Amino acid sequence: MAKKPAAKKAPATKTAPAAAVAHDDPDFVLHSLQEEFNAAKRFDASEDQLLEFYRQMLLIRRFEEKAGQLYGLGLIGGFCHLYIGQEAVAIGLQSALDGDKDSVITGYRDHGHMLAYGIDPKVIMAELTGREAGISKGKGGSMHMFSTEHKFYGGHGIVGAQVALGGGLALAHQYNDDGGLCLAYFGDGAANQGQVYETFNMAALWNLPIVFVVEDNQYAMGTASKRSSAETRFHRRGTAFRIPGMDVNGMDVLEVRAAAEVAFKHVRDGKGPVLMELNTYRYRGHSMSDPAKYRTRDEVQDQRDNHDPIERVKKALIEGGKSEEDLKAIDKEIRKIVAESADFAENSPEPGVGELYTDVLVEEY
Amino acid sequence: MAIELKMPALSPTMEQGTLAKWLKQEGDTIEPGDIIAEIETDKATMEFEAIDEGVLSKILIAEGTEDVPVGTVIAQLEGEGEESAPAPAASAPDPTPAPAPAPTATPAPEKPVSQPQSDPDVPEGTSFTSTTVREALRDGMAEEMRSDPRVFVMGEEVAEYQGAYKVTQGLLDEFGPKRVIDTPITEYGFAGVGSGAAMGGLRPIVEFMTFNFAMQAIDHIINSAAKTNYMSGGQMRCPIVFRGPNGAASRVGAQHSQNYGPWYASVPGLIVIAPYDSADAKGLMKAAIRSEDPVVFLENELVYGKSFDVPDLDDHVLPIGKARTMREGSDVTIVSYSIGVGLALEAAETLAGEGIDAEVIDLRTLRPLDKQAVLTSLAKTNRLVIAEEGWPTCSIASEIIAICMEEGFDDLDAPVLRVCNEDVPLPYAANLEKLALIDAPRIVEAVKKVCYAD
Repeated sequence: MAKKPAAKKAPATKTAPAAAVAHDDPDFVLHSLQEEFNAAKRFDASEDQLLEFYRQMLLIRRFEEKAGQLYGLGLIGGFCHLYIGQEAVAIGLQSALDGDKDSVITGYRDHGHMLAYGIDPKVIMAELTGREAGISKGKGGSMHMFSTEHKFYGGHGIVGAQVALGGGLALAHQYNDDGGLCLAYFGDGAANQGQVYETFNMAALWNLPIVFVVEDNQYAMGTASKRSSAETRFHRRGTAFRIPGMDVNGMDVLEVRAAAEVAFKHVRDGKGPVLMELNTYRYRGHSMSDPAKYRTRDEVQDQRDNHDPIERVKKALIEGGKSEEDLKAIDKEIRKIVAESADFAENSPEPGVGELYTDVLVEEY
Repeated sequence: MAIELKMPALSPTMEQGTLAKWLKQEGDTIEPGDIIAEIETDKATMEFEAIDEGVLSKILIAEGTEDVPVGTVIAQLEGEGEESAPAPAASAPDPTPAPAPAPTATPAPEKPVSQPQSDPDVPEGTSFTSTTVREALRDGMAEEMRSDPRVFVMGEEVAEYQGAYKVTQGLLDEFGPKRVIDTPITEYGFAGVGSGAAMGGLRPIVEFMTFNFAMQAIDHIINSAAKTNYMSGGQMRCPIVFRGPNGAASRVGAQHSQNYGPWYASVPGLIVIAPYDSADAKGLMKAAIRSEDPVVFLENELVYGKSFDVPDLDDHVLPIGKARTMREGSDVTIVSYSIGVGLALEAAETLAGEGIDAEVIDLRTLRPLDKQAVLTSLAKTNRLVIAEEGWPTCSIASEIIAICMEEGFDDLDAPVLRVCNEDVPLPYAANLEKLALIDAPRIVEAVKKVCYAD
């Protein structure tokens, strides 16, 4: 990532040299995970795993491109925030979860996180077009999608609110002693909300099983991180609460996965929350109606050409012996899945008018 | 196969735009991600990006064309054999734009009306115990905590301090720190943590030291707790109780003296309860904890110490959404809730001495509101006054007046009057505070007006 010079990104206490003196260093815990991660930065994926990462990231990419197209056609309305460029974050992290136990919560840029669960693209796309077959019956839309079956708790439109809610999900894991953890995503913009730090405090105080993930895509809507954040090394922001931080290249799915393993183990061992900073980049505007004039076309092109998470995996696959034809076949298959989801989303009926009054309350009074 | 490129909608409100500039020409090869054209909306100039690959075979709208409706075919792309997937619209013969949120002439369906249940009968021979409202609330919580391990209490000073107003007294001893959790002073944060825990399957009771501090947390109460079930199509619930004292206390000044009943009662997706006496406090607290819906439970500090009889039943649970007739009468109806009920009863006693027989209705639940109880009493007395310890503007009183106008107009023999606090921030000075708050004499005066008794 070009954002920050490498020298500045080193963990705060560079003077603490090795584990030998760790016990004398009161802040050892704050950088210990980074050191562990630095020692083995890339996940050693099997060919099958790498192919699966490729497939999943490509599905998100093509799905989001199609969503952008449907928005242009007026089939999707309101706000629609695309995940293009950030695919490695959701795939790298969520591939390391225990699907039976762990919960996930995020903000409004949530399509990718849903797809990472393998949720049927049709019901996601149908939610985007506001149809009855959508995963929220068409009543939530792009920003409000949930799958409690997968322990995916949304899909929240108020910037930063999902962090406190994630703290509650983690409290429930701890209360029920179910061995699960909560993965709570938020952006570099949300990272400046007060409730994030209220939650850090409680999570550390109560030793909650939660992994906080800052998806730093460099812009809070149109404001560059450095114009809105006094400390842009977001992984250091847990320090005041004694939450260890990790600085991760979010454009490399193998780095993300390796970092996830370190972080999740720490939490599962009962050692409390972790704060991960995933440095990534969104290629599209903040939402569909954002002309993105706050950055140059060259900047975006540089990310696409030199840091693209999907191209990186594609290259590795080809170096590992896969042919261009093999990968084209995958691309073709994914385009078909996405085209079918779009057809489904376009042709499904809108919700019945009776749905207007359903689900306001669960019970009758 | 040909792919039609249509004038895109580039903002939630865009209906047409100007095709400012073509950046690709006929015959150019297009890669996904290429910028094909620049389009001006009312707000900005946006780039139109290619999704599919192919050759731009035909430009149908010249650059510089203004007011091009969204959905107009502006160009055609010739796909390169089987590699390009068809755009969804390409296969559809219908060229009209965007059928999605078609304005429909269908009127909204009738809103379903549910009938609230009546209070369960207290069996004959049941004994009663005089209990303070404070203890009744605590007993309600403790009973539910005994029967449901998912129920827990969190808030400032609820555990070791035994509650800032002693409502949670004894709970820590019985249930331990896992289920009675002291939080930092961080309302927004712990309201969110509580809501998240409810979404994750627990049954939190979140105490606000007073509802004045819940303004810091109101985003979670409304945006996270109240709207989630609807937004998720019924998939994700948030069964949580937000509780604490509400309304004016005594000489605590403007920032600590406000009735939030009307605020929360205006929000679909919330249940809002504001009981007056001990039996209702206990019975409705138990119902609130059992509810699958998020509940705002408004208590009153000045009533905490008052004692009322509570039936000695194993499981005293009352229906949510049902008003209670506190005093039967034939000449006029006084509607109130929370601390106002005591003042209304006091006024009714005074009025009885002057030959006016007042009926007093305690709403108990502010949302859903028991309209039928109000209208039935109005049909009987034909005159109505609302007494509310809170501001008059956009109040529960305003709502009751609207209901009487809309659905009880023919039963009215006089305009409905509201007796509310003065429309000012609550002053500190004892004399001014007294002037600002409702009292029984003001209710008496209003009743006499609607009875044309003076």
